[in-house]
Amino acid sequence: MRAVLVLEDGSVWPGEGFGAFAKVSGEVVFNTGMVGYPESITDPSYHGQILCQTYPLIGNYGVSPKAFESDKPKIWGYIVSELCEVPSHASSEKTLDVWLKESAIPGISGVDTRALTKKLRLHGVMRGILETYYTKADLAALRREARLIPDPNKRHLVGEVSVKRIKAYNKDRKKCVAVIDCGMKLNILQCLLRREAKVVRFPADTPFEKIMEYAPAGVLVSNGPGDPKQCAATIETLRRMMAANLPLFGICLGNQLLALAAGADTYKLKFGHRSQNQPCLEEGTKRCYITSQNHGFAVDVRTLPKGWAPWFRNANDGTNEGIRHLNKPFRSVQFHPEAAPGPTDTEFLFDEFLESLP
Amino acid sequence: MSRVLSKGKPAGGAGEGRVSKVLLLGSGALKIGEAGEFDYSGSQAIKALKEESLEVVLINPNIATIQTSEFMADKIYFLPVTPEFVEKVIAREKPDGILLSFGGQTALNCGVALAQSGVLERHGVRVLGTPISVIEDTEDRERFNARLAEIGLKSPRGMAATTIEGGLRIARTIGYPVMARVAFALGGRGSGLSQNETELKEALKKAFAHAPQVLIEEYLEGWKEVEYEVVRDREDNCVTVCNMENFDPMGIHTGESIVIAPSQTLTNEEYHRLRAIAIRAVRHLGIVGECNIQYALHPRTGDYRIIEVNARLSRSSALASKATGYPLAFIAAKLVLGHDLPGLLNSITKKTTACFEPALDYLVVKIPRWDLKKFRRVSKKIGSEMKSVGEVMAIGRSFEEALQKATRMLQIGVYGMVGNDSYSFEDLELELKHPTDERLFGIAEALKHGWTVDRIHQLTRIDRWFITKIKAIVDLEADIRGRGLAGLNRDRMLLAKKKGFSDKQIAILTGSRESEVRARRERLRVRPAVKQIDTLAAEYPAKTNYLYTTYHGTEDDVRFERKNKKVMVLGSGSYSIGSSVEFDWCCVSAVLALKRLGCETLMVNYNPETVSTDYDICDRLYFEELSFERVLDIYKRENPRGIILAMGGQIPNNIAMKCHKAGLRILGTSPESIDTAENRFKFGRLLDGLGIDQPEWRELRSAREARTFAREAGYPVLVRPSYVLSGAAMSVVFDEKDLETILKRAARVSPQYPVVISKFILNAKEIELDAVAKDGRIVASAVVEHIENAGVHSGDATMVLPPQKTYIETMRRVRETGRKIAAALRITGPFNIQFIAKDNAVKVIECNLRASRSFPFVSKVTKVNFIDLAVEAMLGRTPRSLKSTLDLNYVGVKAPQFSFSRLKGADPTLGVEMASTGEVACLGEDASEALLKSLLSAGYTLPRKSILLSIGSRTDKQKFLHAAEELRDLGLTIYATEQTSLFLRQHGVAAILLHKVHERRTPNIRDFLRERKIEFVVSVPDPARKAAFDSDYELRRMAVDFSIPLLTNLQIADLFAHALAQKKDADLLVKHWAEYE
Repeated sequence: MRAVLVLEDGSVWPGEGFGAFAKVSGEVVFNTGMVGYPESITDPSYHGQILCQTYPLIGNYGVSPKAFESDKPKIWGYIVSELCEVPSHASSEKTLDVWLKESAIPGISGVDTRALTKKLRLHGVMRGILETYYTKADLAALRREARLIPDPNKRHLVGEVSVKRIKAYNKDRKKCVAVIDCGMKLNILQCLLRREAKVVRFPADTPFEKIMEYAPAGVLVSNGPGDPKQCAATIETLRRMMAANLPLFGICLGNQLLALAAGADTYKLKFGHRSQNQPCLEEGTKRCYITSQNHGFAVDVRTLPKGWAPWFRNANDGTNEGIRHLNKPFRSVQFHPEAAPGPTDTEFLFDEFLESLP
Repeated sequence: MSRVLSKGKPAGGAGEGRVSKVLLLGSGALKIGEAGEFDYSGSQAIKALKEESLEVVLINPNIATIQTSEFMADKIYFLPVTPEFVEKVIAREKPDGILLSFGGQTALNCGVALAQSGVLERHGVRVLGTPISVIEDTEDRERFNARLAEIGLKSPRGMAATTIEGGLRIARTIGYPVMARVAFALGGRGSGLSQNETELKEALKKAFAHAPQVLIEEYLEGWKEVEYEVVRDREDNCVTVCNMENFDPMGIHTGESIVIAPSQTLTNEEYHRLRAIAIRAVRHLGIVGECNIQYALHPRTGDYRIIEVNARLSRSSALASKATGYPLAFIAAKLVLGHDLPGLLNSITKKTTACFEPALDYLVVKIPRWDLKKFRRVSKKIGSEMKSVGEVMAIGRSFEEALQKATRMLQIGVYGMVGNDSYSFEDLELELKHPTDERLFGIAEALKHGWTVDRIHQLTRIDRWFITKIKAIVDLEADIRGRGLAGLNRDRMLLAKKKGFSDKQIAILTGSRESEVRARRERLRVRPAVKQIDTLAAEYPAKTNYLYTTYHGTEDDVRFERKNKKVMVLGSGSYSIGSSVEFDWCCVSAVLALKRLGCETLMVNYNPETVSTDYDICDRLYFEELSFERVLDIYKRENPRGIILAMGGQIPNNIAMKCHKAGLRILGTSPESIDTAENRFKFGRLLDGLGIDQPEWRELRSAREARTFAREAGYPVLVRPSYVLSGAAMSVVFDEKDLETILKRAARVSPQYPVVISKFILNAKEIELDAVAKDGRIVASAVVEHIENAGVHSGDATMVLPPQKTYIETMRRVRETGRKIAAALRITGPFNIQFIAKDNAVKVIECNLRASRSFPFVSKVTKVNFIDLAVEAMLGRTPRSLKSTLDLNYVGVKAPQFSFSRLKGADPTLGVEMASTGEVACLGEDASEALLKSLLSAGYTLPRKSILLSIGSRTDKQKFLHAAEELRDLGLTIYATEQTSLFLRQHGVAAILLHKVHERRTPNIRDFLRERKIEFVVSVPDPARKAAFDSDYELRRMAVDFSIPLLTNLQIADLFAHALAQKKDADLLVKHWAEYE
């Protein structure tokens, strides 16, 4: 099977096809992690995106559901340099190729992923079409089509990946954490459950009152895809929670939602942070943490209202990596303390959050 | 390099107070297990220290290193890195701080000894970086395990036993199978695997016969071996810069393993779990700076053990630096001075922080370089002890691409994983199960024979992932053979290149010529892309000049501007016996000289343990093969003014003609002249024409011709193939019987070249001329004499500069001959001629139109950088002429460093085959002082009470008599073997008779060595008497195995005795380089 990726700027990236026989369009983004492709592929924050891996050998250890961050692949398309057809690992249940085939997701290999990454870095994230085919692709048509791909960030992507019904876990535990699921990675849930919290998971647009029925001690706002400004209902819920002085902890999209709820602004980064090596400085200290990230939007710290302060800052580009309220229990991070994939250095934030709850 | 972001931060170590003068300990000579990587780490440390305006005092007797160059440290002591000498330097220099982690185990051990004896405290010298107690925690097995256990981290379960019962008890708690390791055992006897109690009982019985203590450990067979490089600052910021996976699972020393970075078969969970454990361990231990942590990882359960933590820069950290572009040693030095990680810059992007973990968008494969064929009797099995002498690192965007590149980089006559004719295995299964240095090629062979991946995995325990990749290469080989060159369309050609096949390899498989493959490939537009190593996988723009090529790419990362000032310098490749750090010094010196002359420099090399592969040395670094194909690829893109290939030893020289014929501009001496010098036949004709004498020789193609010639010339004769470095397959033959076997061996090494036999001249001196010429006129030269008589390879010889025992007339003739040859070959650049001198007659034995091994030695002793002059000459400038190298008020002596103790079974005698792995050189007021310092630097200890003498031939006994008297007068107890003691007693020297090891009579040498009643051994064999030579092997080997200093050459032993008689300890002056004027 052949495949081709066509970007909105008309550039054509031919390669070998794998996964599903299909055609998709979406935002093309890159991730520089060297391990953790099953985690990334199932990360709901990639909903609406075609993911390019900069590490050239992908699929080496096959696919094990234990590594899934949601029920199934959430990326829309996959771009690699070399696909491993014969993986080797005791935990592997299938090959990456078979998995994506079953999941109806097309992939392309043999692409100069470094060249593609440089393009995205230089021009910013682009939309593109990925098509796998057997005989011939109509490149002219694909080029035309690529120019007209609608911006997925204009959609309410969170609504598409959020949990549909309220779910409770560890019901016999006392301390209740409400999780606003904007497309939550499973390891966030695991990190809470491992710490003996009772967790109630809510769809992203659940109204304030509904959540309060469960009398949560604190609320975690999860990661999720797309533009935070699409999540009007969630932002409103958070505003009311803030008014109620309910302890809040945001992760990734949750960071942006907290900022918006507080009255600050967010903006789209040129190409985002998607990697496992982002250094984040804790403001006011000399401590720097290596973090796992996956986001395309960021908080504009200049717009933070009084009472709020930056918590973490990216040591490389200075962008915001977390905010906190100076005297209220609201804090959030732009990175992923739950890791998966990536370094686990900041997992202690879950301890801090849970210990801070009444 | 990185600039420090934080302002006004005082340089200081663990304590308070500013440090202004630091002492840096080097690692001494290159030896197995401690090689060029410490020139890299030391050099980086010096750069980091100088950036802080600190005064740096360096102790390192390795004169061939870059760190001991005049532009590096402020003061350089060419002295042994031993507590005695370091203390003297401390007393003299009064440094505030000392750095122990940049000079390998040598520096670390020396530092720990100085701390324990209170020297550091007494002189107020602070250890910068990881405290001594932490170092001790990591070095002492039991303390280490206990420290890890404190935070619940796992190390291999095991305990020391002193009785059989105790051993069995320990095994019961660990569970079978167990490994029994004997702490000190001759030839590793007594160590091994036991599956059950019966086996262990048997093993322990044997083990306790050799040693009082046996370590019983759980057996981690088949566990993956994984390493992390960790840096930590004083603020407790801690990151892992790189992880690496060993291709060879547990049981093979990581220095002997093929290593891949990053890991390939670890899941995210495994990768980050081990990473997190590494950080916990390093924090708990309290390491500041850099360290390496090694794991065993169970391939199914994911269980792990921490095998060891090296609280210093290591071989692995050098590899990790080159693999990632993260300057570990430089950063470590900054951290040790008290900087914090976030305040340091990533030196590649120059805008992001050094507190991060590199993301690679390529992978690297390291393969060790063994040179076991150079040693007689050595075991070729690889295992838990290091035997390799160098390594190569290849970069690619697929495993196959990097692996095949790496195999070619080894320069062992292979074209890649396949297409080689030199491998046949008697017992393939045995090879796979009990590996030698050739196992990698055994895997390819097995796959070719249709063995399944599973079967090979069962035998080797190598992860199926790697074997499957090798299978892809083997399968493609068959496909290429089937298609023929014409059958390779663009897709197939590209696939072959993506899987790392070279043009030459494809040519072999398709029965065509390399040039034809290249022509077709270029017609099909299949060309490699040039990519950057930028540490962040293109996430940030990088101005990095660290480059490699790949066929998995459609776009070059850099632009190629047409400039006339670009010069390409070819490096020396992997270190091996005969090609080592001295050529790296030459390359780096050349690059720096070129820069000073306004040139833009392109460096091509692939040895991760070098300074030349530091990307801040040159303007562009191509971490690439030194093959004609790759050099041409780069040349075509860069279009430089020319190539310098006279600095990297024999590897670049070997492609001189090919490059020349392809129209590449070679700077310096014409490749035609190089060919004339290297081709014995052409060279012989040239010498005949010039009226220069050389030992009688003949080029011969059959054994019959060889026999006839040898008989005519008279034995002994020297047998050697053409185009060799360090005498591979070269032998002195004393009779006809030996000749045949030697011929067979020689033919295998280099089948396309005939064998040359020359008359071997006994009792002659060997002299070398190192020189630089321009347009055939010598502009600088130095004459060096060997202490050993001709017959010892020049790389193993002890050299003296200026010559002390060479007649003026001989010197004149040497220079005159040099002048004639330089003129005849119109030499421009560096060259070296080796002479044999006897009774004022000189004969030329070899001529190399390139920098020689002794260039750093002569440059540093004479304080005239021969490479600077050579580069000027090569660029067409006329270098200023030079003061005479005879006018020195001091003497330099260069001594070889041997690694026989690492090479189980190897016979530690000297011969025409080079055997040393490194060298040292020291300066002294006279030759005796310099010699003693050099020997001490090379690991010798001086005898205080006793010495054993065993001198082979009657003439040698006679010649050594005076020396024996001197030894006696020193008050040494002289032990001697039967004939030697008889001779000595006859001549009035009392000697106690000890029987040879094989004589099985008492008193026996064996017992005296074992009980360390002998402090020094002089055993000079008579190579002409084969039986005695062989029977003395046990004596020599025992001395090595019991770490008792051994000299086997008469001249050096003689001079040593004289020096010992002349010099007291206090006569070995502690003076730094600049003080020798």
